[in-house]
Amino acid sequence: MQELTITSGRNMAHIDPNLSIWGWEIPVYLYLGGLVAGILFFSALYFLRGKSDEMPTVVRVTPLLAPFILGIGLFVLFLDLEYKLHVFRFYTNIRLESPMSWGSWTIGVVFPLSLLWAAIHVTDVFPNWRWPFQWLKRFVLMAQTYARPIAWILILYSVILGMYTGILLSAFNARPIWNTAIMGPLFLASGLSTGLALNLLLSKNKAEKHIIGRVDVMAIGTEIFLIIHMFMGLLASTEIHIKAAELFLGGPYTAFFWIFVVGLGLMLPALLELLEIRGKVGVSKIPALLVLAGGFVLRYIIVEAGQFSQWGL
Amino acid sequence: MARYAMVIDTRRCVGCADCVVACKTENNVADGFCRDWIVQDVRGGYPDLQMEIRSERCNHCENAPCVRCCPTGASTIAVGGIVIVERDECTGCKACIASCPYDARFVHPEGFVDKCTFCIHRVKEGLNPACVSVCPTKCMFFGDLDDPDSEVSKLLKARPNHALFPEAGTKPKIYYLT
Amino acid sequence: MAKSLSRREFIKIGGLGLGGLALGGGLMNSCANMLMEEQAVQLGLTGAANGSLALSPTVCEICFWKCAGWVHTIDGQPWKITGNEHDPSCNGRLCPRGTGGLGAYLDADRLRTPLIRTGVRGKQTFREATWDEALDFIAIKMKKIAEEHGPECVALFTHGSGGSYFKHLLRAYGSNNIAAPSYAQCRGPREEAYMLTFGEGVYSPERTDIRNSKCLVLIGSHLGENMHNTQVQEFADMVGNGGTVITVDPRYSVAASKSKYWLPIRPATDLALMLAWIHVIIEEQLFDQEYVKNNTYGFDELRQSVKKYTPEWAYPITTIKPHIIRETAREMGWQKPATLVHPGRHVTWYGDDTQRVRAGAILNALLGSWGRRGGFYYPNKAAVPKYKYPAYPAAKRSWRDAFPGKYPLANLALASGICDATLPSPERDCSFKGWLVYGTNLLMTLPQPKKTIAAMQNLDLLVAIDLMPAEITGWADVVLPECSYLERYDDLRVSPGRVPTVALRAPAFKTKYNSRPGWWIARELGLKMGLEKYFPWETLEDYLETRLKGAGLSLAELKEKGVVELPQRQPLYFEDGVQPEFDTPSGKIELYSDVLASYGFDPVPQYTAHEEPPDGYYRLLYGRAPTHTFGRTTNNPILTETMAENEVWINTKVAELNGIRNGEYIILANQDGAKTNKIKAKVTERIRHDCVYVVHGFGHQDKRLRKAFLRGADDAQLITKVKIDPIMGGTGMRVNFVTFEKVVQAV
Repeated sequence: MQELTITSGRNMAHIDPNLSIWGWEIPVYLYLGGLVAGILFFSALYFLRGKSDEMPTVVRVTPLLAPFILGIGLFVLFLDLEYKLHVFRFYTNIRLESPMSWGSWTIGVVFPLSLLWAAIHVTDVFPNWRWPFQWLKRFVLMAQTYARPIAWILILYSVILGMYTGILLSAFNARPIWNTAIMGPLFLASGLSTGLALNLLLSKNKAEKHIIGRVDVMAIGTEIFLIIHMFMGLLASTEIHIKAAELFLGGPYTAFFWIFVVGLGLMLPALLELLEIRGKVGVSKIPALLVLAGGFVLRYIIVEAGQFSQWGL
Repeated sequence: MARYAMVIDTRRCVGCADCVVACKTENNVADGFCRDWIVQDVRGGYPDLQMEIRSERCNHCENAPCVRCCPTGASTIAVGGIVIVERDECTGCKACIASCPYDARFVHPEGFVDKCTFCIHRVKEGLNPACVSVCPTKCMFFGDLDDPDSEVSKLLKARPNHALFPEAGTKPKIYYLT
Repeated sequence: MAKSLSRREFIKIGGLGLGGLALGGGLMNSCANMLMEEQAVQLGLTGAANGSLALSPTVCEICFWKCAGWVHTIDGQPWKITGNEHDPSCNGRLCPRGTGGLGAYLDADRLRTPLIRTGVRGKQTFREATWDEALDFIAIKMKKIAEEHGPECVALFTHGSGGSYFKHLLRAYGSNNIAAPSYAQCRGPREEAYMLTFGEGVYSPERTDIRNSKCLVLIGSHLGENMHNTQVQEFADMVGNGGTVITVDPRYSVAASKSKYWLPIRPATDLALMLAWIHVIIEEQLFDQEYVKNNTYGFDELRQSVKKYTPEWAYPITTIKPHIIRETAREMGWQKPATLVHPGRHVTWYGDDTQRVRAGAILNALLGSWGRRGGFYYPNKAAVPKYKYPAYPAAKRSWRDAFPGKYPLANLALASGICDATLPSPERDCSFKGWLVYGTNLLMTLPQPKKTIAAMQNLDLLVAIDLMPAEITGWADVVLPECSYLERYDDLRVSPGRVPTVALRAPAFKTKYNSRPGWWIARELGLKMGLEKYFPWETLEDYLETRLKGAGLSLAELKEKGVVELPQRQPLYFEDGVQPEFDTPSGKIELYSDVLASYGFDPVPQYTAHEEPPDGYYRLLYGRAPTHTFGRTTNNPILTETMAENEVWINTKVAELNGIRNGEYIILANQDGAKTNKIKAKVTERIRHDCVYVVHGFGHQDKRLRKAFLRGADDAQLITKVKIDPIMGGTGMRVNFVTFEKVVQAV
């Protein structure tokens, strides 16, 4: 038996009894980052595969939202900073060892790229769009001629962005539940899935919806596989990792995680999408909303549980 | 360059928290926060019990995860391996807080991240950190691990000791004599 | 200020490196800003050279140990307090309370101005008054009481340095009824037991030679949790040197964790264990035969009387196994005379406390540790002549008159006795009419707070002089705000000890608010009552200068050094070939006491069983935490951060039985139905199943104490029953039993 108590000192705001430094802001930021990664990835992918006309929502429409979504994510991240006046410090340093530094520089690339990508497609979606400045128009026209290499860069960077949202957490050795290399691929898969779900929600084209649904089922399948893998990895690791896994396997987060994330956020929408592909039901908006909600809940619960899982007391 | 470490004799320590209070006044630590604290670690069941009392704080790790994860370089390693936070560089992103297995860091009400500095301002003048200098039981020792003649080196050679979560790979530099 | 350091030296001490270190915010913004400026100066960014560090000598008032220290200020703003290197009471290292002493000065909830009550007692309705008004009010009432009932009907309760001026005032006024709860509610039985045995008390700071002890026996003393500074320092040295500690405590205390033997005794049976130890030590000839032969009286009677107290007899009583009793007795015997059976400090537990402590004194006598290295040393007296005043008027009556034939061996007034004698009784011609209460919160300090309240309702005058508001100030007719110890001169600390010293407390800060030093209040009151001749000095500096001159010292020297050593006169231990003398009727150490026999008490301690808790109830034990001094520091803004509320320790199995979870808030109720505020449960293996433990001093009921108000529970509320020590009137308080109640959530 062990009794471990802090008898003097500590009892500090947001540190004790469990870390609670990150509330809703960081999960929202990670979620929106992943969502944008998903949007841009598939847009660039199907663009490169020449499916712009078959899949107009994926390639052209949804990417128009990407910079706004990312902007909201960055604003929310800004809200989380405790020393807001020093936000510029992210861009006065390059710290190769710091995932967060990598993240801030990645976003420094992705955000302009997402703007550029939206600009390239804006006239396809809104034929009456007029650029306010001639130089801007010329710039966008020139960019359109480089659309393919830009798409390649987008694929690369959207994967980095999607992975980064997970690696940000997995790099914290101190929080055992985060400290698994699966976190990157898991958040990437979830990001891709939520990106597809948003497309599913916006798409009005039945054929396109079918393709999205099919791919999303694969993404969801990957996610479930990664989740199982994550628990296997944690359970096969050290005592603190086992304790961390137990938070979801009998511990306080169990019901919430398995019902809302795995059940309602992954299994049910996958099932509905499969049924829809087979033409049994036509409720594509419901699985889309479930996936979008499930993606957020996944991040929220992982960020929460990570702060709950620790080495010490 | 020196490699500063702290050695704490848990046999002598009674957990009075003078170190906590001295740190608060010496460094003017913000209300509601502290840079060091006392842990009572009790093992066994009545009446066969053992207790280790520890004064804990930032471990000034040689492989400091807080320094590695800091996106701006605000968390950095200063003279003698002392891990400090340059408040001017800090954005308050809290990554370092999440990265610390010892939960030694906190957000100062003004927004930057704060923690034990080993009283670097005193150490630079050849003084012991405030906690060491006030301890009524004289259970705390501070010195240079690279100097084989320093009190800390000698104690670590002579007495069994342990650090906290060495398996976390952080190479902590607070040692507890048992 | 005694010492002014140049800015350069300041940078050495407090200056910051270039690392952009995080300071600032919190208690001392201006100080931090200053440091930032210093940093700027170092960087050569500005020519400003403001801010100077100053040190001024003080004597800590956070507890009675009274360590000498230095108050560090920067531009007159508080920074920190450190110990005085030359003070043998602290050796340059203060305890956490002393280190956090600035909190006493900084506390925003301090009493700010004199208050006169406008409503009935107990309702906190006061109006602010000028000092003149408040002191006139008191002087008129005191004169009236003196005329109608005699000055002896005014009593003083006191705790702390400033009490000396009020003692002086009361004696000048004509009353000798001066009580400190530290006697009948704390260490009184110990002093009387040692007086009876060795002809001398243990005194404070204790004359225990812990640092040289090879075997330390602690009977319920929780060194390390009580932070009597040098005592704990020596304890750490002793443990660090590999000394044997034997701790007798139902709770696995910090000291128990340092012990070779932890004896988790059934509470209230310590005397049985000690008698069994005496039995083994005598029967196995473990005692110091020559010492006993030369120095003690009544060995044969003792031997006869403890024959029956075998370890086997003690086992079912104490639950300590016979072989452990023997092993520990042998350990004590092997290490003699450097075996120290610690006399304890707060010893008013079960009503037979003088006898229990005397059993420990007898053990020390048998082991030959009194007057020997590693046992008890002979402190050197510090001789600083007293200030010469005219003789006090002779008091015609004393508190004793209220208790004919009772407590014959009480050498000091009983605070609880004065409280009892304030309740009118047909047997007495006069009960107390006026109370001056200095620095002690009687409602938390005395047991049976309801009785205290009933007594207060019978008073014509109740004056409270204190730094902080507290329950007692809510009942007072006049409340006088004293300034903190950091804002005043006080009488010299004249300490006996291995090295006798004199130490000075000088003000580090100007008095805050409309508060005044105790000496000023007492003197002004004296002047208003026509007692000028007893207050010939005008300021305390005059008084101090006069006293110091008598010892060949000066105020300037004390301000410079803080502490001055006085010449030593006598050796600390008995010397070979010199027959020691003892101030007892037999001139020897009295193992058998004729004095006790003459009053009808047991001449050698005998065991009597105490009441055990009924089913479902647990004995209430209480103690201290290292960062607090009773209820006096629980609002201190610095110390509160180390411990803001107390917890009730409950054995794991007991908690399970009662459905109590660790960290849950519960209510404690005692055998008489008295209940506490809610308190957090600490479910632990560290305590026996038949008792619970709380740290005393929490659960303040006065909402003006914003940090302490209703934080934790006040054990005094549960002490509705006491067992009075018939020998000296001490109030045994560990005779109350509690049970647990769930906190009812307000709907």
